Amino acid sequence: MRMNRTAGTICLAAALAFGVTGCKPKVRITPPTAPIASAANTTDPNAGKLKPAILTFTVEPSSIERGQSATLRWSVSNANAVSIDNGIGEVQGAGTRRITPTESVTYTLTAAGPNGTVSGRTTVNVTGAAPTTNTRTGPTNLTEAVNTMLSDAMFDYDGNTIRADAQQALNKNADALKKIFTDFPTGSVIVEGHCDERGSAEYNLGLGDQRASSAKAYLVQLGVSGDRLKTVSYGKERPQCTEANDDCYQRNRRAHFSAGQ
Amino acid sequence: MVSSQIIRTLLFVSFSAAALLGQGNLIQSVISKTAGKPNLAVVDFRGTGAAQPLMNTFNGTLYSDLETSGLFTMVSKSFYPLQNPQRPEDLKPTSGQGMALADWAGTPVNANWLAFGYNSVQGGQLVLYGYLYDTSQKTAESAQAIGKRYFGSVDEGGARKVAHEFAADIISKFGGGSLIGSHIYFVRESGRVKEIWQMDYDGQNQKALTHSGSLSIMPAVSNDGSKLAYTSFASGTPKLSILSTEPGRPLRFYNQEASLNATPSFSPDGATVYYSSSASGLPQIYAANLDGTNFRRVSVSKAIQVEPKVNPKGGVIAFVAGPGHQQIYRMNLEGADVERLTNGEGEASNPSWAPDGRLLLFAWTRGYSTGAFNIFLMDPSTREFDQLTSNAGRNENPSWAPDGRHIVFTSNRSGSFQIYSMLADGTQLQRLTSSGVNRSPVWGK
Repeated sequence: MRMNRTAGTICLAAALAFGVTGCKPKVRITPPTAPIASAANTTDPNAGKLKPAILTFTVEPSSIERGQSATLRWSVSNANAVSIDNGIGEVQGAGTRRITPTESVTYTLTAAGPNGTVSGRTTVNVTGAAPTTNTRTGPTNLTEAVNTMLSDAMFDYDGNTIRADAQQALNKNADALKKIFTDFPTGSVIVEGHCDERGSAEYNLGLGDQRASSAKAYLVQLGVSGDRLKTVSYGKERPQCTEANDDCYQRNRRAHFSAGQ
Repeated sequence: MVSSQIIRTLLFVSFSAAALLGQGNLIQSVISKTAGKPNLAVVDFRGTGAAQPLMNTFNGTLYSDLETSGLFTMVSKSFYPLQNPQRPEDLKPTSGQGMALADWAGTPVNANWLAFGYNSVQGGQLVLYGYLYDTSQKTAESAQAIGKRYFGSVDEGGARKVAHEFAADIISKFGGGSLIGSHIYFVRESGRVKEIWQMDYDGQNQKALTHSGSLSIMPAVSNDGSKLAYTSFASGTPKLSILSTEPGRPLRFYNQEASLNATPSFSPDGATVYYSSSASGLPQIYAANLDGTNFRRVSVSKAIQVEPKVNPKGGVIAFVAGPGHQQIYRMNLEGADVERLTNGEGEASNPSWAPDGRLLLFAWTRGYSTGAFNIFLMDPSTREFDQLTSNAGRNENPSWAPDGRHIVFTSNRSGSFQIYSMLADGTQLQRLTSSGVNRSPVWGK
């Protein structure tokens, strides 16, 4: 949990600082790899001598889900200095490099030789917001934002009234949700209604529905977009503890927040 | 019919006694008295050839069916004579060793009826020759009440089949309804997954009907036993699903837009599904066609309503509702004439109508702490009730058997929730499941 909290905060901070939506799933279509000849080549006074050339510069696969890895592969000729941007730096004339980008990125390879310079580009598309346990890529998903920024609202037995401590939790959640919905413009959040084990399973399904909708109504009143808050009742089907004591009963009487699509 | 008369009589007796003693758990002590029930002796059947290894299963099944019918006083085998007849021709006018009916009618056996016979394998089939004789008759000819062949496969399943069928014929002679072919549907929990399962009424042949990998809960069975309705979380939120039972196959059901469509049941004719939906913002009772179309709101209230159960004779819906602690209510099919049936004490849930529509089983915490449910039986016309379980864990989700005499329910008396059956008077308790955690049984034809 500690790792997740840190990662989620970094993700959001980065997203805010750079004004980008790096945590958002993105699909970008780019043309296939195409070496770009240097403009200098055509007027090269040393015409006739061998110029650097990019034989291959590819990424495989060219499209990955967030958290997955891809492999950059390149080989150049007639070059004595080869570099790739986006933090990779100087490389050999031929090689591979494993990359795990958290968003779609275009790599530019530059090969310089005695008779000129060429560069080429290749792009890897990063899609989806697949939850990942990889802490290097964790900061960028909705699930962690929801798990780290939103807290449960607790209820009395057989009740769906938003009591004082639940108001405090939901007031904070309202601010956090506005931020989350800005950071993840297509994300939605699920308000789950839960119950303790004492009532019947059937009645608790109805009660959980009312807890979820009460919490949602309270948040909407505070200006949170109702369209992006879905509700679901789990009744007593998904308890977070199973001990038969008041502490556990209270922990299960809650509206809990989880990431939607 | 005989069965409900029995219960009616017993209810009358127990209520009278309850009025005197101020307690309601008297049905058990009354019905379990042996007076009035015929004494039945059942010999251990033997098998020839390949039938022989199946005889433990056969004899256990036959004895259990007859005993749990509650219609007989089973004579202890320790009183049996040394010799047991297997064929009618084994019977002699006098014997003293067990080969004469008089040996069974007299002391110490005192059997009114004698069941005997044998199993053999003929033409690749298991054949049971089953006989029931009235021991009071002078001649073997006039004593024979049942003499019949039953056929099954030469395996444990076949042995159970012929035992069930022979037992059903005997039970039928004494007015008991048949449970042959009836199934109990229930929810088996495995980790975070719950699926609908089915089993025979004696706990045999357990198999999964759903494979959702999600929550498939709260099954209801149509009166003819052909369809199941349940609450499924396969799409993320609770929705209704319908499937046919033979073979287990999903049927189309259109769910109206709502955060919750749940706790379904069938109308007596099987053409309408009643359920709870939050389409209005609050879980209320709705009805829809079998495919989910033509959905309509039945009730209008300001309280959560779940578990609508239409009386098998029509006209009335029992259901569970707040506000405050859940209680059992009834209303007519138009949602009017709403009346509370339980008296407001504790919490009440899980109404289940007897097949004849007279009595209502339900779970209630009356007299116990919150969440400590027990099984109760009520006559809604008088609001009189009696308690069927006590001091044995938490007991919920009672459901009547098609014979109107047995019930099935879930209890955690063993430590985990398991399925139990018993007679409606609380006797003949049988545990039917042991693997996993099992709840929410319903008994269908």
